[in-house]
Amino acid sequence: MSSAVVDRSPERDLAFDMARRSLWVFPAWVVASGFIWGMGGALSSALGYVLVIGNLAAAAVLMAWGARTSPVALMGATLGGFIVRLAVLAGIVLGASQLSFFEPVPLAITIVASHLGLLAWEIRYVSLRLAAPGLDLQRPGKEQK
Amino acid sequence: MDLLAQADTAVDGLKALGAGLGYGLAAIGPGVGIGLVVGNAITAMARQPESAGMVRTTMFLGIAFTEALALIGFVVFILLNFT
Repeated sequence: MSSAVVDRSPERDLAFDMARRSLWVFPAWVVASGFIWGMGGALSSALGYVLVIGNLAAAAVLMAWGARTSPVALMGATLGGFIVRLAVLAGIVLGASQLSFFEPVPLAITIVASHLGLLAWEIRYVSLRLAAPGLDLQRPGKEQK
Repeated sequence: MDLLAQADTAVDGLKALGAGLGYGLAAIGPGVGIGLVVGNAITAMARQPESAGMVRTTMFLGIAFTEALALIGFVVFILLNFT
């Protein structure tokens, strides 16, 4: 693979761009959860958000490392990373369930809604041109980074 | 009274069993899907190295969408176990 292309990391760009964009929506959702489910709901929503962003960022970092290393490493990092990330998510939630603030419903809603919502939103900013893969920074009418 | 307590314990046990099985089963499909996505992405990058950036962008989004299925299984696990 051409090193000039591989050295760029579109996965990392996408994941961190999603995290940046979610900062606008996240506080509003935490406040709304606080109104609906109380302090426990707000904290559980915050935990769900951290899990989703952490999961995406971990996937991106692992894939970027795998792509830099070799195709075999990419396959291993992606599939192995999938299993490890699911286990870590389950471990964190099982640990958090012992805490007094834990509320399963806002946590569940936050995990599914933020994962799918962030991905769907990010698709608007993705470029699939050969010359400029990854984030579309030059698209007219879109914000410039 | 004893019988009711035993029934409660059995229901709790079955819920935990269902949650664990559901999470495990929900992870199988995305695992297969991610394997297909990555395998085909590697083939595409090997055939046309100059398109690696574009392929990796598509691959990351494909994997993230596929993983949403596993996360839905995870959410079912949370709801069955803790509500």
